[in-house]
Amino acid sequence: MSVLKSDHLTIKFGGLTAVSNFCLTVEEGELVGLIGPNGAGKTTTFNMLTGVYKPTNGKIYLYEQDITKKRVDQITALGIGRTFQNVRLFSGLSVIENVMVGSHLRLKSSFFQAVFHTPRYTKEDKQIREEAKQLLSEVHLDKFENKVAGSLPYGEQRRLEIARALATKPKLLLLDEPAAGMNPQETKDLMSFILKIQEKFKLTIVLIEHDMKVVMGICKRILVLDYGVTIAEGKPIEIQHNPEVIKAYLGAEANYA
Amino acid sequence: MSLNVFLQNLINGISLGCLFALIAIGYTMVYGILRLINFAHGDIFMMATFFAYYAIALFSLPWGLAFFAAIILTMLLGITVDRIAYRPLRDAPRISSLCSAIGMSFFLENLAIVVFGGRPKPFFSPEFFGQTFIISEIRIQSVSLITPLVSIFFLLILTYIIYRTKTGLAMRAISKDFDTAKLMGINLNRTIAFTFAIGSGLAAVGAILWALRYPQIFPFMGMFPGWRAFTAAIIGGIGSIKGAMLGGFLLGLITIMIVAFFPEQAGYKDAFVFILLIFVLLYKPEGLFGEE
Amino acid sequence: MKKKNLYSLLNIILILIVAIFINIAQKRFDPYIIRILNLCGIYVILGVSLNLINGFTGQFSLGHAGFMAIGAFVSALLYMSPELKEMNYFITPLIWPFSVIQIPFFISVIAGGIIAALVGFLVGAPCLRLKGDYLAIVTFGFSEIIRIIFNNLQSITNGPLGLKGLPAFTNLWWSWGGAIFTIFFISNLINSSYGRALKSIREDEAAAEAMGVNLFYHKVLSFVVGAFFAGIGGALLGSLVMTIDPNTFSASMTFQIIVIVIVGGLGSITGTVIVATIFAILMEFLRVFESPMNFFGTKLPAIPGMRMLVFSIILMVVILFFKRGLMGGKEFSLKQFIKIFSRDNRVIKEGS
Repeated sequence: MSVLKSDHLTIKFGGLTAVSNFCLTVEEGELVGLIGPNGAGKTTTFNMLTGVYKPTNGKIYLYEQDITKKRVDQITALGIGRTFQNVRLFSGLSVIENVMVGSHLRLKSSFFQAVFHTPRYTKEDKQIREEAKQLLSEVHLDKFENKVAGSLPYGEQRRLEIARALATKPKLLLLDEPAAGMNPQETKDLMSFILKIQEKFKLTIVLIEHDMKVVMGICKRILVLDYGVTIAEGKPIEIQHNPEVIKAYLGAEANYA
Repeated sequence: MSLNVFLQNLINGISLGCLFALIAIGYTMVYGILRLINFAHGDIFMMATFFAYYAIALFSLPWGLAFFAAIILTMLLGITVDRIAYRPLRDAPRISSLCSAIGMSFFLENLAIVVFGGRPKPFFSPEFFGQTFIISEIRIQSVSLITPLVSIFFLLILTYIIYRTKTGLAMRAISKDFDTAKLMGINLNRTIAFTFAIGSGLAAVGAILWALRYPQIFPFMGMFPGWRAFTAAIIGGIGSIKGAMLGGFLLGLITIMIVAFFPEQAGYKDAFVFILLIFVLLYKPEGLFGEE
Repeated sequence: MKKKNLYSLLNIILILIVAIFINIAQKRFDPYIIRILNLCGIYVILGVSLNLINGFTGQFSLGHAGFMAIGAFVSALLYMSPELKEMNYFITPLIWPFSVIQIPFFISVIAGGIIAALVGFLVGAPCLRLKGDYLAIVTFGFSEIIRIIFNNLQSITNGPLGLKGLPAFTNLWWSWGGAIFTIFFISNLINSSYGRALKSIREDEAAAEAMGVNLFYHKVLSFVVGAFFAGIGGALLGSLVMTIDPNTFSASMTFQIIVIVIVGGLGSITGTVIVATIFAILMEFLRVFESPMNFFGTKLPAIPGMRMLVFSIILMVVILFFKRGLMGGKEFSLKQFIKIFSRDNRVIKEGS
């Protein structure tokens, strides 16, 4: 059973077809890269997979369950977590609160139990806090637990976003340009970090990235989008030498030496 | 209902519709440019009537001059409201501007109570406004005839300004794309002030015509026409001047017709406006001509 | 002793102190002062409940007066005696079964809150998907619709005449008991996982949804809880001022609560409590300006409406210059208070 299967996903906005016939099957444990020039429709695809946009045509299956028409929060509950291209943290909340929000959907206590602090709720709350602290130490942010999220430097905000997504206990993690704005050292750390969490949390990961070092370095399989169309799919080495891909990025028949 | 009564109601409806249109344009223009609902607009409308009243009562100006002065003062008031309450919050989160608009409305109403007193005052009416013409058994007040004429006159001036002047072009540009307009060298603050001036000026014209028709003025008088005009702007499509005009006429007609056909429900007529407003916002927020 | 137990103990001691104070005040204080204290408690209930919706969840509601009206009328219809009802409804008699019902005050007030909460659900469910300005308008519209309906339903609410001669059940125990319960309920809610979900909605709805927060459920939850306490507040207010009519629960009333919440700080319970108390006191103090007075020998004329003008100026000043309100969106809690005295002071400072 595949983790994710998208079947001829198409989305049109008015007269513009942003993404057409996007087909992707992801098996458990895979690390797939989604690349393409700016405006190719990569984030739009993520938005369809997570339920933010409803596709005009096509279907999405998560563990063979049709999630095409489901709400965003329902899809998250079923196991898809994501980060955003432009970091979207809860800036006014503290670092640890940001992560704890991710755990809310798995809370079993009712709201009355929460208000009156029943033993059941108190236990759950403590567990949520413990798990949040663990996730924060994974991303090396545990010392900043009580800092206001908006005050963190950019790189740390990105890490916090990943921790928050992990708190939702996803099976499939969608990372949207996680290396954006990072220097080479940070990028290297990010790459080993992604591999580490994939192993530790048994994740399947799909990754949008512009930084080719990251993509070629950790992705086992890559899809290339251009103007919403999938123009290539295959192993990193194949993609690097694919003339269509080169044309899409460089705009002409240039020599990729 | 006899044809005569129907025609009478029709004329009243059109007349009322013109007033709503004049006020609605102010709401729609400010929203088009700032994406902000100027809650204080109804109160600016109210202040116009008091300006006119005191121009006559205190300064004994002849009514023509008094009305003119009131319009100018109201335009200045509109610019001032923007300057104090909205301009400082241009870059603040939307909720601040919302609070500010509400606060400004609140402030103007209470200022009026303190300065002018809460008791309704009778508005002065030059003689010929009060005359009633009788055309084949239909009674028409002269104000009902003058209102559409004056309204159309000012609306034509407005159309000229919007479509044939540089400032009008600037206003249209800002409402289409705020950031690019800034980059193109358009003086944002001045154009916005101008927008408020025009909107308030039209509201003042509407206010005076309103006061001539319903000659009782009091600090909370802006509420009823304000919410009607706002509903009109939403129905027409908030941000669209054409929409505001059409919405205004429609709502004027609807208002009169509802009372004419269902006189027993008169107490609920204000509720109908809100119900209509809520429905439109829930199910067709773009209105008739809106873009969003 | 363990930290958690220490906080609980301190909370209990605090409540006991307040209880003793209320006991003394109810017996000894001047009725005028008692009335002001009652108003303080009621404004706290109203302010904190509005802050839950507007401040913590970020949904700008202007409908509070409508829920207050529902609470006030429903409870009055339940606790008024049949004779009192007959006296009031002299134009159109009150319909059955209200005409014969009489229920104890406490239950009537709760019922008022519950009906208000129910209406809150009916209003919130379709409307809370609207944002910002549009939500404000729609909630305002509903509040006005409720007012207009109440003004016209002569046989249920007695129309614009309203209800007079209501028994004065509200005392410091009810108003401050209610206030303390409201603070307890809502701050526990805010500090729980549900509260974090509500705050995340305020911060970034799309991100909250992506993290699995069901927007509809949580927005409606906060709206319904807010409406419940608004109903309670309205009910208590009715019995305090002993007369209610639909036009008291107008836009002005909502504005007063908005002033309290914004000046105290959207998202700060402490701020709301402090400002609500000050507001109730000022409402009485400034009343002085509304009748002629002697100011160091000069006669000042009556300035009716001065109070509301002062409040509206304060509101504008806060909006323009102190955007986060009195407390800057922060809370004063026992935890922070204790930290000042605790030996762990240095360690805590280091970590944060």
